[in-house]
Amino acid sequence: MKWKDLLAVAAAGALVTGCAATAAETETASASASGPSKSSAKAAFPSTYKRYPSDNVVITGATIFDGEGQQIDNGVIFMSAGEIVSVGGPDTAIPTDSTIIDGTGKYVTPGIIDIHSHLGDYPTPSVPAHSDGNEATSPVTPEVWAEHSVWPQDPGFSRALANGGITSLQILPGSANLFGGRAVTLKNVPARTVQAMKFPGAPYGMKMACGENPKRVYGNRNRKPATRMGSLSLTRQTWINAQDYRKKSKGTKPPKRDLAMETLVGVLDGDILVHNHCYRADELNQIIDMSKEFGYKVTAFHHAVESYKIADILAKEDICSAIWADWWGFKMEAYDAIPENAALLQQAGACVVIHSDDENQIQRLNQEASKALADGRAMGIEISDATAIQWITYNPAKAMGISDQTGSLKSGKMADVVLWNGNPLSVYARPEKVWIDGAMLYDANDPGRRPVSDFELGQPGEGDVK
Amino acid sequence: MKHFAKILVSSLALMAAPAAAETIAITGGKVVVGDGSAPMDNATVVIRNGRVVAAGGNVTVPANARRIDASGKWVTPGIFAGFSRIGLVEVGAVRSTNDTRAADSVFSAALDVQYAVNPFAAPVAVNRAAGVTRAVVSPSTGNSMFGGYGAIVDLGQDSDPITKARAFQFVEFGETGHSRAGGSRAAAHILFRAMLEEARTYSRSPSLFDSDLMKASDAKALLPVINGSTRLMVHVNSANDILKVLDLRKDFPSLKLVLVGAHEGWRVANAIAAAKVPVLASALTDLPEGFEELAATQSNIGRMKQAGVQVGIGMINDRDAHQLRYSMQYAGNLVALNRIPRAAGLSWDEAFAAISSKPAEIMGMGAKLGSLKAGRQGDVVIWTGDPLELSTQVETVFIDGVEQSLSNRQERLRERYRNPAPGALPKAYDR
Repeated sequence: MKWKDLLAVAAAGALVTGCAATAAETETASASASGPSKSSAKAAFPSTYKRYPSDNVVITGATIFDGEGQQIDNGVIFMSAGEIVSVGGPDTAIPTDSTIIDGTGKYVTPGIIDIHSHLGDYPTPSVPAHSDGNEATSPVTPEVWAEHSVWPQDPGFSRALANGGITSLQILPGSANLFGGRAVTLKNVPARTVQAMKFPGAPYGMKMACGENPKRVYGNRNRKPATRMGSLSLTRQTWINAQDYRKKSKGTKPPKRDLAMETLVGVLDGDILVHNHCYRADELNQIIDMSKEFGYKVTAFHHAVESYKIADILAKEDICSAIWADWWGFKMEAYDAIPENAALLQQAGACVVIHSDDENQIQRLNQEASKALADGRAMGIEISDATAIQWITYNPAKAMGISDQTGSLKSGKMADVVLWNGNPLSVYARPEKVWIDGAMLYDANDPGRRPVSDFELGQPGEGDVK
Repeated sequence: MKHFAKILVSSLALMAAPAAAETIAITGGKVVVGDGSAPMDNATVVIRNGRVVAAGGNVTVPANARRIDASGKWVTPGIFAGFSRIGLVEVGAVRSTNDTRAADSVFSAALDVQYAVNPFAAPVAVNRAAGVTRAVVSPSTGNSMFGGYGAIVDLGQDSDPITKARAFQFVEFGETGHSRAGGSRAAAHILFRAMLEEARTYSRSPSLFDSDLMKASDAKALLPVINGSTRLMVHVNSANDILKVLDLRKDFPSLKLVLVGAHEGWRVANAIAAAKVPVLASALTDLPEGFEELAATQSNIGRMKQAGVQVGIGMINDRDAHQLRYSMQYAGNLVALNRIPRAAGLSWDEAFAAISSKPAEIMGMGAKLGSLKAGRQGDVVIWTGDPLELSTQVETVFIDGVEQSLSNRQERLRERYRNPAPGALPKAYDR
């Protein structure tokens, strides 16, 4: 069997990851000061990302989707010094000494954000030597960090930028484990080191998983968990241990640093956002009850193909569903997936995020959002174009804890911007230019503004349009 | 099990009385013939006795025809999936419902998907509702480089899905062939040649056949491949592997090759064109998933087309059992490439042909399937708009001139949970 095929099977299970932590978590979680563990972990592996040089750029005459559900026709956007300065209608003041781009007939959106990616930890080429996404040696591994697996030379980053307009993305560990480890949020800027891609100030995520994958991986080895009830018991016991560690770390004799416990305490303290891979409605509800038992919040359920069955509950609990538009049938717990999942959640007032979990579909998240929108409209649910864009911009930013910095076109935010050559909800549109922190890092009209990873240098097809 | 039985019963009820093939005139729509010609506004399509009688602007509507007003709509041939595993899989990871690959079988080339294709599988109904009416169905390979016989099927709701059984033999070269043959490309090439030679030995005296390499059934199955009466569909990706596959005809001149995948086909497009070998190519693969596709690009199909290769879209190993409905999106993306400097796409007309007439022609079925030319099977879809656009929905589907039910599990679940909270009774009573 080809390794890719193995991965495909894994993708149905082990690769699929998911969890969710939203800004709301910060509010509900304990406000108490964290112990020494927190500061130690926070100081480690800091971001060294620095924005690249930028010009003052004005785009005029474009249709703008601002990422927060608003559409501006014949709009103007002004970026300077890496930030968005102003966004508005045709009367918006156009500063002098700026590069002016005529956006007539074109569209502007915030940079697209994928909340669920394995670029770098399951990079291409998908050879066994590159399989770094699942520490499948124990079902409980909150101590591992996805950033320690990320290969910055994964060619997938460049495709996501050029074809998908992806400017920020969360790289998660896989879903073989109940506690998969820490996720990391990156700016989609090519770099020599992962640290130089790390989104400055972004909170960590933690990957959790329920359902088929952990019980398959460990049950096949005749160890726990072999059942869903085994999974819940092991997960709950781990939280009990974390509560104990947290209590001791606030005492006079703090315990020795424990990487696993530091991550879990980070969740209990509200500093680390929970992204929980989970498919079935009944299991989503089990996880919600478990989170209440231990006083943490699930920020987002990932994959969540049955969220539509409990859309009312998810709206009430303020938990995002990070979902595909239409994947289904690849495993038992994905059998009841329907293409109207996003629209039914939106109708119920629940948070919708369209994610990829895939190195190909990350290149067209805009199209995935568009399909989900169309299927909703076909069943009579009214949703605006601008809302569908929010599913791949502001909503993921919020669930990744970076919505105060990016995810929408608001004055003072990072100038993470995509100029599309047509409506991004159309199959015929592609990114024309992409700016990250104001720096133009992709231009369809300029071969010099197309990144080529080390891996592809000197290979057939180097620098091709891909 | 009970649950499954119930689904089966309801599906049987659905198909118990399919509407007989009637005379139908679809009028006023924008008609796409599917042969690469431009759409015709305000045109008429007439179907009679299960076949297309005419499609065009000056078509007389028979007096007895059921008229369907398609004003403002698009009317096209049904989508023809150039490569799939449709009907072979219900749930991918549930092995008992997955018939793509017989890893533990003692047979290889003799395996025949016609006995495995299940017309009542949920993915058939889901993709039918999305406008897919015909498909190439291929086995995967198990413990040999040969996977067995593939078929051409329809996605109709009746109990007979097979349009053409034994339409081709499937074989893996490239990285998978390397693995199946024992660990090298050299092993794959000698195994291929040796198995075909053994098949010739078998044909000389079947009763005496005794081979360490293969069963008599497999040898027999390869005979029509050697003489070219059955197509040999070769999964191959790298430029070099493609050239070596084209060279197989030096030893076996009658081989009727079809390439599938062909991610680096553009690099050797002139050689493929000169060999007159058609290609069912993956549309949007642009990453080096393996070293056999370092030069993969979405411009692959456009560049091969420019070089004169006969090419259609075939989504091998890309959700090919469940998501044939991606065909339209993939074709639309190839149109989008035309606006990117240095990229090579397809015109809209060519892109639609790549998911209708081209796969039919490549499989030797162009006179019967894949377009709305007179005499073709009455596979017709009425769409709310441009069929390649993401916002477009399917309104009506005909297969062999019979209007099809568009109902499926996904639609039933959607309606049950239109309002998620239970009413006076639990959701289980809501149907």
